[in-house]
Amino acid sequence: MHVMHSANVDVNRQFGNGGGRVRLPLLALLAKEPAHGYELKQALEQTFGSAYPSPNIGQIYVTLGRLEKDGLVRAVDVEQSNRPNKKVYYLTADGREALETWVDEPTEGPRVRDEFFMKLVLAPLTGIADRMALINRQRRHYLSLMRDLTELAERTDPGDRVALLLIEGATLHLQADLDWLERCQEDLVT
Amino acid sequence: MTVLRTLNLVRIYQNGGVPVPAVRGVDFAVEAGEFVAIMGPSGSGKSTLVHMLGGLDVRTSGEIWLDGKRVDTLSESAWAVLRRKKIGFVFQFYNLVTNMTVADNVELPALLAGMSPREARERREYLLGELSLTERAFAAPAELSGGEQQRVALARALANGPRLLLADEPTGNLDSRNTRDVLKLLGEVHRQGQTVVVVTHDAKVASKADRVVTLADGMIVDDASMRRRRLPPGTAGDVVELRG
Ligand SMILES: Nc1ncnc2c1ncn2[C@@H]1O[C@H](COP(=O)(O)OP(=O)(O)OP(=O)(O)O)[C@@H](O)[C@H]1O
Ligand SMILES: [Mg+2]
Repeated sequence: MHVMHSANVDVNRQFGNGGGRVRLPLLALLAKEPAHGYELKQALEQTFGSAYPSPNIGQIYVTLGRLEKDGLVRAVDVEQSNRPNKKVYYLTADGREALETWVDEPTEGPRVRDEFFMKLVLAPLTGIADRMALINRQRRHYLSLMRDLTELAERTDPGDRVALLLIEGATLHLQADLDWLERCQEDLVT
Repeated sequence: MTVLRTLNLVRIYQNGGVPVPAVRGVDFAVEAGEFVAIMGPSGSGKSTLVHMLGGLDVRTSGEIWLDGKRVDTLSESAWAVLRRKKIGFVFQFYNLVTNMTVADNVELPALLAGMSPREARERREYLLGELSLTERAFAAPAELSGGEQQRVALARALANGPRLLLADEPTGNLDSRNTRDVLKLLGEVHRQGQTVVVVTHDAKVASKADRVVTLADGMIVDDASMRRRRLPPGTAGDVVELRG
């Protein structure tokens, strides 16, 4: 349920695979220069390396269509010899404003892991598991996630700095979760 | 084969006449080649436990067995011999010899274990290299940062190629880059068959272990073997994907 959740709340909110969330990265790329759909896909891949699962081209076109409808980008047809016209997108003034708002607003931090905390607080009432058992299970879970992250970091190309930073962020969040678990153990298990 | 075993191990300190039970009945065994991490809150008895395992503190009661021999009854000098030959120890607060250079700190245990001066030097060069300390070899410990001293302490503990490495918070003062060096080296000696017991708060270190033992209030409250799961091949993008 919570797998690597904390580290990725923001990433998902902005880039989530649900479709609409490629919007802002696309606006950011178009702020640099006008581009067509395929160029945008390549630019995303280049910028994020393996830190960002590459979106499919269909998803990019759907998103560009929506951005156009909302007046944040506009498209011009560019003629090509021997091939159908291609659509080159550029940012509108509204688009730039939306991008600036996004960049300027503070970003939500990770949520507190409230569901586990609920279980922990309520444990003595339910009689289903004691707190020590809950904490132990949760610790094992975090440690195995940490192992996955460590292995992921080892498999990642050392030159892929963006990806390594993303993994490092997830690692630090997980360390904080483990430290917090220790505090729970000290204060709630007597 | 069991390298290390404790039976109902207890350590009670006297603090102005008040008994402070730091370790309260620990039964625990480490197999040859195993990598065990010991975790637990501050004051839970982790340092006390590993100090006893290395013969650096005396038990109040209980037994310690090393390579099938009972060792908790040994004299201090017999322990010193044992450490010279078999055990590497990394102290939480380094304990480097202050009036010797880094290089000498690392070479000394190798020489004491019977290596030739050349072997000792090569071993030192290798270890300091792995820990990005080559440039600091001829500095005095006092001229090093805390993190550098900590890495020297690890190099020194590994100098004699001990069968058993006991390390108390070997990454406690390191940033993530230096932690990576230390983890790489620990992984390497582990792969070479060395038995490793490491006390740590650092989950990255613990995630390298085969087993994680958790202490609370001087007792073992969890002993988790971390079996390797087969992961589907993936990339950092999975950090994004693996949720939900
Ligand atoms: N020499 C000593 N004399 C008296 N009490 C001691 C002594 N050494 C440790 N203690 C006490 O024994 C308990 C366990 O201490 P220990 O150093 O083993 O904890 P630890 O788990 O290593 O903590 P940390 O994570 O802070 O290093 C603590 O309550 C500590 O105050
Ligand atoms: Mg300690």
